[in-house]
Amino acid sequence: MKHLLKNCMIIDPEVQNNGPVDILIVNETIEKIGAGIADLKMDNVIDMQGYIVAPGFIDMHVHLREPGFEHKETIESGTLAAANGGFTAVCCMPNTNPSIDDQSLVKWIIQKGKESNNGIVDVFPIGTITKAREGKELSLMMELADAGAVAFSDDGSSVQNSELLRRAMEYSSMSNKPIIQHAEDPFLGKGGAMNEGFESTRLGISPIPSITESSVIARDLIIAGYTNAAYHAAHISCRESVELIKNTKNKMQKISCEVTPHHFTLTDEAVRNFDTNTKMNPPLRTKDDIIALKEGLRDGIIDVIATDHAPHSFDEKEVEFLFAPFGIVGLETAIGLSITELVVTGYLTLMQLVEKFSVNPRKILHLPQVTIREGELANLTIISPETEWIVQVDKFKSQSKNSPFNNYKLKGKPIGIFNHGRIYLSS
Amino acid sequence: MSLENRHLLGLEGVSKNDIQLILDTAETFREVLERPIKKVPTLQGKTIVNLFFESSTRTRISFELAERRLSADVVNFSADMSSLKKGETLKDTARNIEAMKIDMVVMRHGAPGAALFLSKVINSVIINAGDGSHEHPTQALLDLYSIREKYNHIEGLNVCIVGDISHSRVALSNIHGLKTMGANIAVCGPATLIPRELDRLGVKIFNRIDEAIEWANVLNVLRIQLERQDKSFFPSLGEYRKYFAVTKDKIQKINKNITIMHPGPINRDVELSADLADGEHSIILQQVLNGVAVRMAVLYLLGTRS
Repeated sequence: MKHLLKNCMIIDPEVQNNGPVDILIVNETIEKIGAGIADLKMDNVIDMQGYIVAPGFIDMHVHLREPGFEHKETIESGTLAAANGGFTAVCCMPNTNPSIDDQSLVKWIIQKGKESNNGIVDVFPIGTITKAREGKELSLMMELADAGAVAFSDDGSSVQNSELLRRAMEYSSMSNKPIIQHAEDPFLGKGGAMNEGFESTRLGISPIPSITESSVIARDLIIAGYTNAAYHAAHISCRESVELIKNTKNKMQKISCEVTPHHFTLTDEAVRNFDTNTKMNPPLRTKDDIIALKEGLRDGIIDVIATDHAPHSFDEKEVEFLFAPFGIVGLETAIGLSITELVVTGYLTLMQLVEKFSVNPRKILHLPQVTIREGELANLTIISPETEWIVQVDKFKSQSKNSPFNNYKLKGKPIGIFNHGRIYLSS
Repeated sequence: MSLENRHLLGLEGVSKNDIQLILDTAETFREVLERPIKKVPTLQGKTIVNLFFESSTRTRISFELAERRLSADVVNFSADMSSLKKGETLKDTARNIEAMKIDMVVMRHGAPGAALFLSKVINSVIINAGDGSHEHPTQALLDLYSIREKYNHIEGLNVCIVGDISHSRVALSNIHGLKTMGANIAVCGPATLIPRELDRLGVKIFNRIDEAIEWANVLNVLRIQLERQDKSFFPSLGEYRKYFAVTKDKIQKINKNITIMHPGPINRDVELSADLADGEHSIILQQVLNGVAVRMAVLYLLGTRS
């Protein structure tokens, strides 16, 4: 197969941008990059005028829900949502049933990913830190890593026992895989459902104070410093967490963190109508926290944008706010929200956006970098940064539609991806 | 005259006119309650369901009396929250009951926002009889009525709510209602039981009961929930009593003209001394009586709203 992508604006930190070029891909490989490649004998010619082409985006925080929760999402539907949202790869969190604490399940998920949607989206499983995510004993980390797990996390639960966390950091360093911590103190904010502040006071909803997260990150950074571990803080949501990481980062090279688009877009004021699609953990915080998160991204304190894509069925969310499960889907709005909130507003350049979505997560996970050069495998995310569109959740490819962004007007839209010799165009 | 909204979900956002209308209408029903035959045909043919997912003797009886005295047909449904969580969803329960052709639902529920949620999934008129620690609008309306009855006005009065403010739907509804009616509002309680940023609702905060007593025309003393003791909000009931109980001693020393209210049920000699609860400062039993009249007013205004 010969694909010719015409008039591409390449945004890749490894490639100098000299204006629009054509990219010729033969089967899986970038054969030629240059101006005015003749479109003779091509199987597929697409004009990319006005679009940017970047190294394939990877979402390092996704819940594919399979096995165990196939009524919410499957590997098939989740990877299709990823493709539609502009991602060529996802890392899936291990809070499945059973949880991903066994090498056979790691292999099964990878295999299932290859069979889903012709394998256009790479699936990288994350193994648990502890067996069954119970926080009691270490999982078989070496085996998990050998089977293909790219990181370790008990996501959804925080590793509470400091001794166990210390040992997990030491043990995982042998396989060179990071520990991804969902930082949440089990006592602070117990039974809570939204950020603590004026809004929770007004709504009478049990609160989850920001210190629930930041106090655990503070402890973790101290232990990570002591063990010299690769530590990645998942979905940070508040100013204190940004400041803690800022103060540690110059001393400790292996510390990293991520933020979700919803945490830098919405505040806890969004909860006012008790919309269960505004319930997530960590919860939506305040305007001041949003400023800290955006500045953290701009200043390089926050390395990665990841979605924490958390599908739940309609009926599961169609209950009292208190009883609704935490989490929202994010794969199909991530690029639009990030360009609208970060690029249009001047916090990030498109090049920095590509670093947050493609370069940095691969660095943290020790995955081979993807670049757009002749001779490289074509692994591409194509985006129209100028297109304005309106989010319609019923158009999502994800099996679940639990998003607070229905009818949101966004600027910047995924156009498609190219991976493993196949192209997928977003709808 | 009719109310702006077809439901009563809370007092936040309810206009002064509407509150005034409810209180004035309640005055008419208060007069009915003094008659030998305390029944009017106003809601004849209307079916009201009392949907109670938390045990509540007083509020449920008050609503039921109000409904029956307006000649409505009344059905009671009680279930505890734990069975609800495991079994049928609120949406299904409510839709099944509604399928039997009812007109209004009065709901008590442990989850904040449950009444609003109910109003989105069924078509009946909804009256919130308490949703978690969010709102309890008819309690606040009867408190307003009782204050107005005593002072002939609400505006300019200093009203202080004492006790566990964090977990109180009564406090929040009172704050909204009192604010709309022009009262000055304060709360008093241990720092652990005052929710964050409450001052942004225009509320003064006292941590010393003496200061609150000195400042207030009216003290609305909340029930201390004994079951919260294990959650480290305060060290012991003894210490709570020592520092926050409202007692006759303190009243007579500091402010003899104060009015004492309590939404019930009272823990005698814990948050409120027994002699005070039964004494001349107290309007607690008037509150209970006014509660029926206020609920009749709300049911009437919503049940006959075109």
